[in-house]
Amino acid sequence: MPAASTLNLRHALLDSLFAGLIALVVFGPIVGVVLDGYRFNLQPQRVAWIVGTVMLGRLLLSLFLQTATGRTWMQRFEGSGAGVHVLAPGHRSRLRWVIPLVLLAALVFPFLASKYLLTVVILGLIYVLLGLGLNIVVGLAGLLDLGYVAFYAIGAYGLALGYEYLGLGFWSVLPLAALLAALAGALLGFPVLRMHGDYLAIVTLGFGEIIRLVLNNWLSFTGGPNGMPVPAPTLLGLEFGRRAKEGGVPIHELLGIAYDPNLKFVFIYAVLLLTVLLVLHVKTRLTRMPIGRAWEALREDEIACRALGLNHVLVKLSAFMLGASTAGLAGVFFASYQGFVNPSSFTFFESALILAIVVLGGMGSTVGVVLAAFVLTVAPELLRSFADYRVLLFGMLMVLMMIWRPRGLIRISRRGFAPRPGVAP
Amino acid sequence: MDGIFLQQLINGLTLGAVYGLIAIGYTMVYGIIGMINFAHGEVYMISAYLSAIGLALLSFFGLESFPLLIFGTLLFTVCVTGLYGWVIERIAYKPLRNSTRLAPLISAIGISLILQNYVQISQGARQQGVPTLLDGAFRVAIGEGFLQISYTKVFILVAAFAGMAALTWVIHRTRLGRMCRATQQDRKMAQILGIDTDRVISAVFVIGAAMAALAGVLITMNYGTFDFYAGFVIGIKAFTAAVLGGIGSLPGAMLGGLILGVAEAQFSGLVNTDYKDVFSFSLLVLILIFRPQGLLGRPQVAKV
Repeated sequence: MPAASTLNLRHALLDSLFAGLIALVVFGPIVGVVLDGYRFNLQPQRVAWIVGTVMLGRLLLSLFLQTATGRTWMQRFEGSGAGVHVLAPGHRSRLRWVIPLVLLAALVFPFLASKYLLTVVILGLIYVLLGLGLNIVVGLAGLLDLGYVAFYAIGAYGLALGYEYLGLGFWSVLPLAALLAALAGALLGFPVLRMHGDYLAIVTLGFGEIIRLVLNNWLSFTGGPNGMPVPAPTLLGLEFGRRAKEGGVPIHELLGIAYDPNLKFVFIYAVLLLTVLLVLHVKTRLTRMPIGRAWEALREDEIACRALGLNHVLVKLSAFMLGASTAGLAGVFFASYQGFVNPSSFTFFESALILAIVVLGGMGSTVGVVLAAFVLTVAPELLRSFADYRVLLFGMLMVLMMIWRPRGLIRISRRGFAPRPGVAP
Repeated sequence: MDGIFLQQLINGLTLGAVYGLIAIGYTMVYGIIGMINFAHGEVYMISAYLSAIGLALLSFFGLESFPLLIFGTLLFTVCVTGLYGWVIERIAYKPLRNSTRLAPLISAIGISLILQNYVQISQGARQQGVPTLLDGAFRVAIGEGFLQISYTKVFILVAAFAGMAALTWVIHRTRLGRMCRATQQDRKMAQILGIDTDRVISAVFVIGAAMAALAGVLITMNYGTFDFYAGFVIGIKAFTAAVLGGIGSLPGAMLGGLILGVAEAQFSGLVNTDYKDVFSFSLLVLILIFRPQGLLGRPQVAKV
């Protein structure tokens, strides 16, 4: 049709005018009239900027969607994203050589990095751990957990409280925290997972808030908003400080090397890296096992799965508990990395950040989540001036990703199975 | 019955009426598209800001009398907040109608983060407030003490119930209401019968936002202060109210709101104020375990 190929400028202008009018009413009062006590200041330029941007954006979008490329784009939006991509049974990725390279870089890294870079990367790895855990819950099992940070808090406070009241250290708390978080996940998940999926989201949201409120208000037990100190980690009872407490031997004296304040962080980095690799391995194996397949099948069609005899509560619960225990581990690392814990590290914003990692990385994709965790935690460190707009950008990211690519930037692919010879299919 | 109990009953009823108004937004959206609107708490927060801004603007232009002032503020807040509801549906829900089940939930969380941060950036993180509009109170002597019912609380109760009554009338007596009920029962069938269900869904978001706006004006009148984070806790509580009353049921939302408000007020009066939010959230978990269909709701049947 030749008529359709010409741009209808009038239509686009009308669209843009309409969008501008709405933007004026929506943004005008809140952006333009800034409350100051019982009075107000007017800020008309800011409104003009926003309305102008919206109008221009809408005009360009309108024009773009009238072109042929635009129409193909639109069609891609409307067909909902294709599901999991299945690879041939014996498929080997061409990017396999990257893995040893990354491992080598990870091994060499602590010897070259400055303390600041080391701490940034440790934080990135903690979020990788959190992202991997939440990815099991949200990405694989399709359960929206909005209070994920509660399990993270259980791990972190597990270390602080365990040291304060029971005298436990880093190594004994590490497995305990995972167990404790999994137990909390089971207690919370069991009643809720029986019901329609959306309820889980709001109950976990409430649970995350309950944990934070209790940590904040129970002054005599958790120290309230002031937080609690966390002991430095030890290796075989050897400490990383310059001087050990109560007659112990600090590790640098035993090894006969010079004292290095980085040593504690190098140690945390090493253990954290091992844990991340372990979790990565477990997760990859699990996705190929019946339980992992069951998670993804339940995510796609719960009714069909139940009709086939899957116990949907137990399957979902296993994913929920596994995710929770990963967060518990991450919490222990976070607490010993920071040296103290307080409730302000465990707000809803943290849950949203971890969710943003999973959304950006792709639901169920491992590589994507690792990359997204680094991008979303390291980038803000480097772009300090954007700190105020961080949450705004995360929100926009979530909305745009859901509209554009609900399954994440990196396509999920699973290796197919070939029937074994001699076995009837 | 002692004075504290009665006083907290009054406080709880006013608070509960407002929870009920917000719960309507959750319950209507859930009824019609089967999804929780996570941005609804933030819509309430926006309306609190809008009511303060409207009040400041109207006073600046020299409006003095209470009825005119409150009417103007209400009109302004309800209209602008309704438009927010429309825009949210347009951006976060409409493009995702045929997407995975999780997608609209996540995009709504995104919208809620955007709204929080955008208000924080443009209005500042500090608490905002409005002056007291209605002074004075009824006092009823009980035993040795007396019961105090401020005019503001009376106004809130009256306005909340008037809002509810108006909504019930719209849903049961008008063409739009009939279309809403039809879409709620069976969206595909309604579409076949010539109802533009997309417009009905938009209308439901606008109605929900308008009710939240009414709640926003009333709560702001009662407490006088709010901040950009206010939508989060009230959102969860209103959702609790909607679940308690039976999600999808309009009278249930109001009943659930009243019960939750009274229970919370009694808890903070008799036990502990610090843990009143914990109490409400625990109540939500308990209801979901023991009576997920709520007081007035019907048990859900999963459809293929």
